[in-house]
Amino acid sequence: MTEAAATAPLIAILDYGIGNLHSAHKGFDRAGADARLTADPSLIAEADGLVLPGVGAFEPCMNALRATGLDEVAMERIGAGVPFFGICIGMQVLFAGSDEAPGCGGLGYFDRMVHILPSSVKRPQMQWNIIEPRIDAHPMFSGLDPEPWVYFVHSYAAEDGPDVLATCDYGDHLVAAAGRDNVWACQFHPEKSGANGIRILQNFVAAARIGGAARA
Amino acid sequence: MTVRAIRVIPCLDVDAGRVVKGINFVDIRDAGDPVELAALYDQQGADELVFLDITASSDRRDTTVEMARAVAEQVFIPFTIGGGIRTVDDARRLLMAGADKVSINTAAVERPALIAEISREFGAQCCVVAIDARGSESMPSGFEVYTHGGRSNTGIDAVEWAVVAADRGAGEILLTSMDRDGTRDGFDLALTRAVSQAVNISVIASGGVGTLAHLVDGVTHGGADAVLAASIFHFGQHTVAEAKREMLASGVTVRPAGSM
Repeated sequence: MTEAAATAPLIAILDYGIGNLHSAHKGFDRAGADARLTADPSLIAEADGLVLPGVGAFEPCMNALRATGLDEVAMERIGAGVPFFGICIGMQVLFAGSDEAPGCGGLGYFDRMVHILPSSVKRPQMQWNIIEPRIDAHPMFSGLDPEPWVYFVHSYAAEDGPDVLATCDYGDHLVAAAGRDNVWACQFHPEKSGANGIRILQNFVAAARIGGAARA
Repeated sequence: MTVRAIRVIPCLDVDAGRVVKGINFVDIRDAGDPVELAALYDQQGADELVFLDITASSDRRDTTVEMARAVAEQVFIPFTIGGGIRTVDDARRLLMAGADKVSINTAAVERPALIAEISREFGAQCCVVAIDARGSESMPSGFEVYTHGGRSNTGIDAVEWAVVAADRGAGEILLTSMDRDGTRDGFDLALTRAVSQAVNISVIASGGVGTLAHLVDGVTHGGADAVLAASIFHFGQHTVAEAKREMLASGVTVRPAGSM
């Protein structure tokens, strides 16, 4: 390990057995983190930042989180103020629940539901789209293109609310990112969004570095 | 208003983990290195990449998994791998290595349940059904499905098959005209239009691109959601950035190549 890597913020990517986390892992490495795929609570407790990825569907992700106990670990760390980033389904499970899995329930950090995309558009939205930040000053958007294009793959999106950070235009103004306090969430895939996406990961790594310094 | 951004997708043929078929860039060190080529297309503004695995012997397919891993480590745009995928397990190995999608063709025609199996296990967004079609007067739509790299006709109507594939859980159709492939005469627009109108999932037009105007036609006349081409990009005839400028100038929405 190089000296730079040794001092890089430790980003724990929660590995709860739901498939391809390789790109997220390498994306955070590229963004300057010491990124680890892990389900180990002691490593997670040390981490400067946590990432909750997610692929596929809401219910299998929630079931896997509960089965590994990482649902409670995640909420405990969020409560402790550790920078936390939910991506794609990892964003959706931060909400109270989803049309996709009635009765399943989510982590409930955001007290709203996730709904299916309008029937007027092709589902999934599988394309690059422009995000329109509502709160330009949020650190997630630091240094992005004026019109940041990012890659989306999803059939469901969160309900609008006061903590929405950005929307995209697809049948409606869809919620593309949300955040409150130490929690960031995005519906798109920063790890598949080229240079803008890597910049967003760098912005999170920077937030984790600051958070880690504050706790040290 | 809804943003519908058309994707421009270079396609690379891969044999035993190496890119083959006459890539001819001036500024490239190793024209067979999938990582270097993928990074170059990313810089040019490619929205996605497709790797078509033409490895003949199945025991060398591990090289494709390794290639997926190497590409995913270095290039942060979506990519699809197709060719030789016959089982959920084949798909799993590529997806776990970092491929975003797998494309299935002959195996899906022989056993359509494979579409639902992959889609259920990994999500519809991972499951691309590739359809190779050729004009045929005996088919209701006028187009017949071919398999085994275009060598075998199936007696299946291409448009009907696209609808079945979508119903079974395909997230996307990669539609290649075997009549046009390699001709540089442009997409088969009648085929592209017929399939685009019949399904409510994305359709990638493929086969026959010889000019930038052909890419525009695939969208404006064919109704495609994405356009795939190989030789016009590989031989340095045009860059992806030029393709996007042409599309923007023609009123087609694309992610500008100049963005970060």
